[in-house]
Amino acid sequence: MTDRDDNSDTVDDHKLRVSKIQDGTVIDHVRAGQALNVLAILGIDGSEGEEVSIGMNVPSDRLARKDIVKVEGRELSQDEVDVLSLIAPDASINIVRDYDVIEKHRVERPDVVTGVLSCPNSGCITTGDEPVTSRFDVLDDGVRCGYCGRIVRDDIPSLIES
Amino acid sequence: MRHDHLITSKQLSRADIETVLDRAAEIDADPSIVGDRHADALLGLLFFEPSTRTKMSFETAMKRLGGDVVDMGSVESSSVKKGETLADTVRVIEGYADALVLRHPKQGAATMACEFVDVPLLNAGDGAGHHPTQTLLDLYTIRENAGLDDLTIGIMGDLKYGRTVHSLAYALTNFDARQHFISPESLQLPREVVYDLHQREGARIREHESLDEILPSLDVLYVTRIQRERFPDENEYQKVAGEYQIDAATLDAASDDLTVMHPLPRVDEIAPDVDETDHAAYFEQAHNGVPVRMALLDLLLRNARGETDD
Repeated sequence: MTDRDDNSDTVDDHKLRVSKIQDGTVIDHVRAGQALNVLAILGIDGSEGEEVSIGMNVPSDRLARKDIVKVEGRELSQDEVDVLSLIAPDASINIVRDYDVIEKHRVERPDVVTGVLSCPNSGCITTGDEPVTSRFDVLDDGVRCGYCGRIVRDDIPSLIES
Repeated sequence: MRHDHLITSKQLSRADIETVLDRAAEIDADPSIVGDRHADALLGLLFFEPSTRTKMSFETAMKRLGGDVVDMGSVESSSVKKGETLADTVRVIEGYADALVLRHPKQGAATMACEFVDVPLLNAGDGAGHHPTQTLLDLYTIRENAGLDDLTIGIMGDLKYGRTVHSLAYALTNFDARQHFISPESLQLPREVVYDLHQREGARIREHESLDEILPSLDVLYVTRIQRERFPDENEYQKVAGEYQIDAATLDAASDDLTVMHPLPRVDEIAPDVDETDHAAYFEQAHNGVPVRMALLDLLLRNARGETDD
């Protein structure tokens, strides 16, 4: 058993790479290599004092290799969790209080994401100086700008607004 | 028809289209039926790109409805030059006018602009995106010449950047139309448009690189200009340019009833000798912009005032 898909790492687990958190969120089963994009899409850069732990390329039964993100002191909202589905469709979310996982669920794909991604079409009105919040419809296999209609299927993390 | 704005032809149902076209036909037959109904109305013209037909036909349409226009003028002489955003511009002009007509080089400009205004806003072209009022006059012309059901139409030229093409293609899915798209590979329909067309019930589309194989079966040939400036390599342009020009001899292979259309301006894609044939409908098409836009403005202005359709 290589998956540790919640906050229940055991002391004798010699593969322990990411320490348990007291209160916060564990985002597990993130596709390998996407951990930093998960933080970007959540707007977490440590500037607000969050304690963040990341495990990358951790062995996983389900994904072979996976990333894990643990954010101390912050419980993700459902909107944030839904947006995660764009880059981490297999992710599971564990809400932790006092070292116990009190809530665990999978991400669900939203119909629309706003203010998270920027349109790659330089001819799109959202790429200028207009006071407009980006809006993307979520398709089965990508996302679509709600303004210019551009469809993006590959490399969605590159669209994450800085 | 109950729309606050006209942004894309995707929002138009067959019933919406027929309402506008029927009303346009009534106005065309007897312009006095609208009289001075909109004598107190002002239309705001916001053209961030050059325009001749669209701008002047909107202006003519409004004046023939008894109303008037206020015109932002050229970008160079407007506050845009000072860095004003489109969002601010439309909010300002909304205070002057009862409806707005917007042309802008950015795709999605009208979609964004209508989020900032309450008066009706009509998209008169947003970059390579949409041009729904052109589509309505195109449909009016097609209906007059060939009918809109059991229609086989070829759409040829720059399909990639041609906003009139995108809007027409969407609207035709409301009808029994077989759409053939003819272009060099580099100027094929954007994959987003193809995706949309495949999502729309009843869409029947095919893509071609040559007109020859399909010309004899067409009821309508809709030609657009191949935009030389889009090609990264002049040689690549030269390879395809001649293939997408038609002249009277080309049309020998066509049905006697073929209608040739073009949103204009043309450069060399339709030779002048086609003008003298019974096929040519592009000047009629341009003229149809006035009754169609009169009908559209009449409907939207009355909607905005809470008046019901006749």
